[in-house]
Amino acid sequence: MAGFALRRVAGLVLVLLTVCAATFAIFYLLPSDPALQACGKSCTTERIAELHRQMGLDKPVWQQFADYLGGIVGGRTIGTGDLAVRCGFPCFGFSYQADRPVWDLMVDRLPTTASIAAGAAVLWLVIGLSVGIGSALRKGSGLDRSLMAATLTAASLPVFFTGLMALYLVVQVAGLLPFPTYVDFGDDPLGWARNLILPWIVLALLYAAMYARLSRSSMIETLSEPYIRTARAKGLPERVVVIKHGLRSALTPIVTVFGMDLGTLLGGAIITESVFGLPGIGQLTIDAINKSDQPVVMGVALLAAFFITLFTVLVDLLYAVVDPRVRVS
Amino acid sequence: MSLLEVRDLRVTFTTGRGALRAVDGLSFTLDRGRTLSIVGESGSGKSVSSLAIMGLHRDAAVEGSIEVDGVQVVGAPADQVRRMRGRRMAMVFQDPLSSLHPAYAVGEQIAEAYRLHFGAGRRAARLRAAEVLGEVGIPDPKRRLAEYPHQFSGGMRQRVMIAMALACEPELLIADEPTTALDVTVQAQILELIARVQQDHGLAVLMITHDLGVVARAADEVLIMYAGAAVEHGPALTVFAEPRHPYTRGLLNCLPRLDGDAEAALIPIPGNPPSLLSPPDGCRFHPRCAERQERLPCAVSRPLLPQPGPAHRAACHLLEETR
Amino acid sequence: MTTTIAGAAEPTAPAAPFRALAARVWADRAARVGLAIVALFVLLAVFAPLISMLTGNGPNEFNEDLIDKSLGGPPIGVLGGISADHWLGVEPVNGRDVLARVTYGARVSLVISLLATGVSVVIGTVLGMAAGYFGGWVDAAISRTMDLVLSFPQLIFMIALVSVLPGGDRTLLLVLVISFFGWPYVGRIVRGQTLSLRRREFVEAARAGGQHRMRILVREILPNLLAPILVYAALSIPVNIGTEAALSFLGIGVQPPTPSWGQMLQKAMAWYQIDPMFFLIPGTCLFLTVLAFTLLGDALRDAVDPKEGA
Repeated sequence: MAGFALRRVAGLVLVLLTVCAATFAIFYLLPSDPALQACGKSCTTERIAELHRQMGLDKPVWQQFADYLGGIVGGRTIGTGDLAVRCGFPCFGFSYQADRPVWDLMVDRLPTTASIAAGAAVLWLVIGLSVGIGSALRKGSGLDRSLMAATLTAASLPVFFTGLMALYLVVQVAGLLPFPTYVDFGDDPLGWARNLILPWIVLALLYAAMYARLSRSSMIETLSEPYIRTARAKGLPERVVVIKHGLRSALTPIVTVFGMDLGTLLGGAIITESVFGLPGIGQLTIDAINKSDQPVVMGVALLAAFFITLFTVLVDLLYAVVDPRVRVS
Repeated sequence: MSLLEVRDLRVTFTTGRGALRAVDGLSFTLDRGRTLSIVGESGSGKSVSSLAIMGLHRDAAVEGSIEVDGVQVVGAPADQVRRMRGRRMAMVFQDPLSSLHPAYAVGEQIAEAYRLHFGAGRRAARLRAAEVLGEVGIPDPKRRLAEYPHQFSGGMRQRVMIAMALACEPELLIADEPTTALDVTVQAQILELIARVQQDHGLAVLMITHDLGVVARAADEVLIMYAGAAVEHGPALTVFAEPRHPYTRGLLNCLPRLDGDAEAALIPIPGNPPSLLSPPDGCRFHPRCAERQERLPCAVSRPLLPQPGPAHRAACHLLEETR
Repeated sequence: MTTTIAGAAEPTAPAAPFRALAARVWADRAARVGLAIVALFVLLAVFAPLISMLTGNGPNEFNEDLIDKSLGGPPIGVLGGISADHWLGVEPVNGRDVLARVTYGARVSLVISLLATGVSVVIGTVLGMAAGYFGGWVDAAISRTMDLVLSFPQLIFMIALVSVLPGGDRTLLLVLVISFFGWPYVGRIVRGQTLSLRRREFVEAARAGGQHRMRILVREILPNLLAPILVYAALSIPVNIGTEAALSFLGIGVQPPTPSWGQMLQKAMAWYQIDPMFFLIPGTCLFLTVLAFTLLGDALRDAVDPKEGA
């Protein structure tokens, strides 16, 4: 088990390094130049060359990459001379536009994104799984057919459309909720939930539809397995057959997808944040892209990749705990 | 009174192309300590019958009468039948790997039925699981309780299935093709094990198989099924020695015999079993029967197994003529 | 957003005859509805210039007389300014005809999503077949690449790539970027199927008969891959439509004045309180197209692999 975990974590580091290199390569080739931004208007060619030297941009690309990696692991001072900035551990670069380390910018935004993702995830898991399993148990019935039609509809509605509809109907016409703003959970838990309930529902609607379809087909497949018949032959009550013997296996593919989805969302619920104007990682990304704030874009990309790979590995480890066959092989 | 009494069992599935009667008027009895083998090709209704006895059909209409130790199963409340499953009657399936849950240790899979039916605690159930594992010949049972099905060999897995069936001391054991998925060398061991536990516990064993070799080795009585109904029923040795139904004779002709003439040809039965969506009129075997007679109503009326009748009887017009 | 697609798991027996397949899809009522909606939008897209001519409204003609400048620019009249001249109303601020913009927007949506699907299917099929058939280091290299691409945060990278790559033709750029992140899904399916087909008798026989590898791949294996590839392609069209719309919504799709649905929805964000028709119309178009293609894809999957579905 420990060996298995170690192998997976080594895999995680390897993937992250590759993603890091790929990201670095993409952004190194970009036309945008941080020196130009730091220099501001009325900048001379000599001044830019000077800045390049001070910011370390004249070094070979592999050297810059090594510096960048070193910063993530141990923090670093970026540049020399009057432009030297201290960027503490973990250093994901420095935004000359915001005049702050990228890590600090991301940490500021993370609670918003995490709140959106976590709340929505709870909602869509509960709704998606109950609809999917309920449908599977009544496969072919009128209820099953109407639920599946509903999930098909919901899965075809993009978040930015449902978001606008929700804003119009719930906030504008009915006046049931305020226009969402982010309130910190620690300051006002109730306000936090009240402001986030609309984004949660909108985001969860799409995912719940997908999870309902997935869990339905997974459950139907599992319930046709011979070991389910064995469980019934033992005289177990149907509830135990479905939950203990059926759900256990049917959840496997759902857990995989859930890990991926949650990881992706933590890297920025870009569209949801954009529709509701919530200041999360996604908004940070969009702002950074619009302002060509390259270090931020790169930092966010890495953070998102980190979450995705992290959750993939977590899911793998979870499997090893849950499914004895994985452990052995 | 017999432990198992099946009278006029009919099982009907509703399909997209009409009603399919998989079992049509099956009757037999089985006593404690005896083994009855139901033999037939796939689709003859033998497995469907065994699932009906266990009350495991969910989408089929089951009619007639099935009494286990005097308790009616057909039409009984689902919960009542459920309480009998695993407790009074237990079942061993064909493929032990797919019939065991891959994610639970075998100890848990054996113990859960015991906890359920006897209200036993975890410790007691664990002890019982180890006890039955030992009984079915698995070495070091206490240690192996914590292992998972994939860690056992095919034969050992089938032993686990048998242990699971024995855990609650049932009176009726239904074994549905228990050796089909196993290596030839292991098959005999499993049959011996079933015979041993039957003797030790006085079990009634219903052995479903398509393998006449299994019947010869294990069964006291044999019931031959064709297209949803019994065509011949009698003591196993008698049926093998003097088969009365042309279908049974056909089955035996397909078998190579060690004691027979090595040159004797194996004669396959021509044709295929009929579709049960539209079974033929008259005797269901008559389109394939080599011995049918134009002067007999083979194509018109359906011969039935005499009920009650002699110990060895067959459903064939040829026999009614000579009687 | 998840872009994984269920189904198309097991290899199907020799290439299903496509005429029979079409008949089975046609027998599905939901599929016929989907087909009708798809046909409607394809016609709208193809004949967008004709519709513009008939109504007399080009997609980029300003109608400042139809908006109320004193209120900041909402359309004059009910329901976003619906009138005999402007069947779906006009845009706020500049009064452009919504029908014209929606029909031209359908072109963008369909062209980009269909091309992106085509490109990712071709790349995924070629690389997936190579990985599955040749195995060894070829397989290792291709499989690791697919894993890597899939562990990238797709939307962020799409946004980053589109926003920094040289401008010019955004359509081509969007197609390439969407395909770049889409091919590994096809690649994985094709690789798995090729792996199992390689061991099948007819392939062994062809190999034993001394046929050239390329010939085996094209003549023996590819025909058996068509059904699952077709199903995957059908189901990834709606996903790609959604992705294109999302990128447009975030402001990095095709650039104005070329209209697209996502872009219209983005502009509508500022107007949802006053002029809800402005987001309802492009939103509904987007919803219907995605739904229709999903219905078709589902029907196709069920036709290829009948055990799935209810």
